[in-house]
Amino acid sequence: MNNLNFISPEIFISLSIMFLLILGVFKKNSSNLINNLSIGVLLITGILILNNPFDKNVQLFNGTYVIDYLSSFMKILTILGGAFALSISTKYLKLFKIFLMEYPILILCSILGMMVMISSNDLMVFYVGLELQSLALYVLASFNKNQLKSSEAGLKYFVLSALSSGLLLYGCSLIYGFSGSTNFNVISDVMNSTNYGLTFGIVFILVGLAFKISAVPFHMWAPDVYEGSPTPVTLFFAIVPKIAALTVFIRFLYVPFINMTDQWQPILIFLSIASMIFGAVAAIGQNNLKRLVAYSSIAHIGYALAGLSVGTNEGIQSSIVYISIYLVMNLGLFSCLFMLKRDDQYFETIDDLSGLSKNHPILSLSLLVILFSLAGIPPLAGFFAKFYIFKSVIEQSMYFLAIVGLLSTVIAAFYYLRIIKVIYFDKEKEKYDTDHSIWLKISLAFSTLLILLYFIFPSKLVEIVSRINII
Amino acid sequence: MNFPILSSLILLPTIGALFLLFSKDKNSNTSKYVALFTSFINFIISIYLWFLFDPSTSNFQFVEDKEWLKGFVNYKVGIDGISILFIILTTFITPICIISVNNTIKNRLRDFLIAILVMESLMIGVFCSLDLVVFYLFFEAGLIPMFLIIGIWGGTRRVYSAFKFFLYTLLGSVLMLVAIISIYWLSGTTDIVQLYELGIDDKYQNLLWLAFFSSFAVKTPMWPVHTWLPDAHVEAPTAGSVLLAAILLKMAGYGFIRFSLGLFPVASELFTPLVYVLSLIAILYASLVALMQEDMKKLIAYSSVAHMGFVTLGIFTITQQGIEGSIIQMISHGLVSAALFLCAGVVYDRMHSRLIKTYGGLVSVMPKYSILFMLFTLAALGLPGTSGFIGEFLILMGAFKDNFLVAIIASLGVIFGAAYMLWLYRRVVFGNLTNKDLLKIPDLDSSEKFILWSLAIPVLFFGFYPEPLINTIEVSVKDLIEMYNFNLNMSMTEVQNNE
Repeated sequence: MNNLNFISPEIFISLSIMFLLILGVFKKNSSNLINNLSIGVLLITGILILNNPFDKNVQLFNGTYVIDYLSSFMKILTILGGAFALSISTKYLKLFKIFLMEYPILILCSILGMMVMISSNDLMVFYVGLELQSLALYVLASFNKNQLKSSEAGLKYFVLSALSSGLLLYGCSLIYGFSGSTNFNVISDVMNSTNYGLTFGIVFILVGLAFKISAVPFHMWAPDVYEGSPTPVTLFFAIVPKIAALTVFIRFLYVPFINMTDQWQPILIFLSIASMIFGAVAAIGQNNLKRLVAYSSIAHIGYALAGLSVGTNEGIQSSIVYISIYLVMNLGLFSCLFMLKRDDQYFETIDDLSGLSKNHPILSLSLLVILFSLAGIPPLAGFFAKFYIFKSVIEQSMYFLAIVGLLSTVIAAFYYLRIIKVIYFDKEKEKYDTDHSIWLKISLAFSTLLILLYFIFPSKLVEIVSRINII
Repeated sequence: MNFPILSSLILLPTIGALFLLFSKDKNSNTSKYVALFTSFINFIISIYLWFLFDPSTSNFQFVEDKEWLKGFVNYKVGIDGISILFIILTTFITPICIISVNNTIKNRLRDFLIAILVMESLMIGVFCSLDLVVFYLFFEAGLIPMFLIIGIWGGTRRVYSAFKFFLYTLLGSVLMLVAIISIYWLSGTTDIVQLYELGIDDKYQNLLWLAFFSSFAVKTPMWPVHTWLPDAHVEAPTAGSVLLAAILLKMAGYGFIRFSLGLFPVASELFTPLVYVLSLIAILYASLVALMQEDMKKLIAYSSVAHMGFVTLGIFTITQQGIEGSIIQMISHGLVSAALFLCAGVVYDRMHSRLIKTYGGLVSVMPKYSILFMLFTLAALGLPGTSGFIGEFLILMGAFKDNFLVAIIASLGVIFGAAYMLWLYRRVVFGNLTNKDLLKIPDLDSSEKFILWSLAIPVLFFGFYPEPLINTIEVSVKDLIEMYNFNLNMSMTEVQNNE
């Protein structure tokens, strides 16, 4: 019975999903209500998570499920991302006539899956969570059923994701075969670094996970899926699943396989360097903002992985700081994307931003701040995110990784600058609508101010994160 | 009583900028007066700071030390004799820039003023930060407003120039960031004062020096990474060029003195020949290129490269005269190049052409302009009686002390400098008035007269009486050199002991 208290957030969210589903079936035209209720559910779930004691490391159900500071922090991030995604996307969905009651419920389902992933301490539990979130995401990607591109995105994501899940399962079975257990703690006890079977298992699982966070060379799906999905879903894709997958990365690498660092570290460094360089170079030629976000998220994941590859608590913490700031920056960027609407049509290419600063000075200023922050220019939040990563990387004398990472920020700066150039230096176009929902304005103002003023209290976030000690 | 005077110097322009941001009017003169008022108050405060400043010690004064990144970096600012002059230069040039926007900036005046004020904050921050990370933050953040100034209000090729400026400087600086973090892990602190005492292990110094050098060399700019400067100068609006030439370039010279010499004496000793060679190439090559320019602003930009060559040369002679000369040369170049760009701007506003061949015979239509332009031309070539002379003379004195050949070659640069400046002046001001359009243009108006005279007065004053400048920097420079030699000898004896 004690165990159930600790997973009250998960229980609450699953009961709510069922209730909302029934409500949606029996009550006509209830999508607006369900959307609002879902946001409420997320907030209550957040409170329930905060209610858990998070200084302790609580192992539930024979050690297959773990509630600790890491899981609580990451769940809060996931829920915040989900709540913002729900609250700012209604207008878009209504316009495309896809504001259905399934949409918020699917988002809740995938968040439930992610919460299970984040807390999992066992390969089976982790896999169940992963599949739940993926299944919801397949449907979400093809949610705009009237558009060919969206269906294509969903199908593409499904096929490739199924393949990667297969690889991941194969890795799980290898590890089970060579260690005799699926539990992370047990694996860590019986582990023996001369065992090549385990190494193979790690490689397969890393491949599967790298696919989920779209790290190079397993990124191929990302640009197409990001472009094809409805923008609210792209926003969700860009931030929330990455938080969950990154947590699994941390737990998987640092709990059972902490003593095999020499085996997985080169793989992670490769993934990191490849993602940073590829994300920076490939984004240069893009004209569609959603595709560009896809490539830039590949590059950003590269930096987060650089922090993970270090193998120290500081590295993990820097990576978590990075992903938190990344969440805020992307939230701001997508809020801007939602504001590019004119005559019931959304615009999403770089050319549509042309001369934006003349007609919409505040929006342009926010975009300026967000883009410079994404490029990592001080004194904005994005700089501090990168700064912590490189601080922990250089601590372990991994100079090559640091220098490659910083040089690719210079390349990446080029395409962010290109957007700023279009906004500020080019000829103006027609005005966009200004009747945005209050939530959109709030989320834009919130993220911009957070990015801009981060330098005044830079240690607040780090202090919170520094309580996460895995090793 | 510890009033945070330096922080208020840094913050005040930003507060002015915020005030402008939230004001409604976009183009009227009110915003100009607000900006002017803010920057003028800042100037007064900095002058007051100079009075309070005690030149008899090289310790950092007005130090503020606050916890910032917990357990890692403190927000630490303070000034010594070297930095105070740069701060005054900054606060002096900014109001002049703001007055000069009268005729040049036609659209979005308010945004331009915001950019200038933010820039002022950041530049003052660079000169008074006493922590490597804080320094880096200010140093890099300056890229954002400057990118916008060039890109929004620049000439025809502004996009190319703005990108080149941004990416060149960023590329140089990221290596410095790696070096700064490495220093933290080597020494456990990024506080400059502590680092001066601790010193940095010899075997890492060379790489760290090179990483800092990559950033400063781009910013100085030294040959062969100077190519962004002519582009940026030519395309930037007049006020932007003035800021760039007068202050931004000085960040690198200041960085060389404060960090390269202060932190890495062994490496500086080793790399001195490299700096000499690059400086000499910069002096001679830039002078020759300047001779061939047909665009006034480009010519002045190349002359900046040559002058900054003198500065780096002087710094790395590591003699009292050389470093003092470099600092005075930087201050003087800040005033003179600002004035020259303003002179080019004055005729550009009237004729909308930067080509030298458009002009000729201006003396008959713009006599007052010709006098002032003459003064600044002579100051640029280092005529005795102008501040340019003091700087160049001291640098060459330091160079003769250190290396005879280098000094001889550098002296050639002085001759070239005279050649291209005088030739420029002859082609623009003297000769026959061939272009009939020139007949219609008016002479200087009152605001132009005011800004040019207010630049001319310090140029002449410090030319005849450089005492106040030298008094301020003397002790700081002396102690810097003493510390440098002390650290150098320490590591020498260590090496001998090991053998």
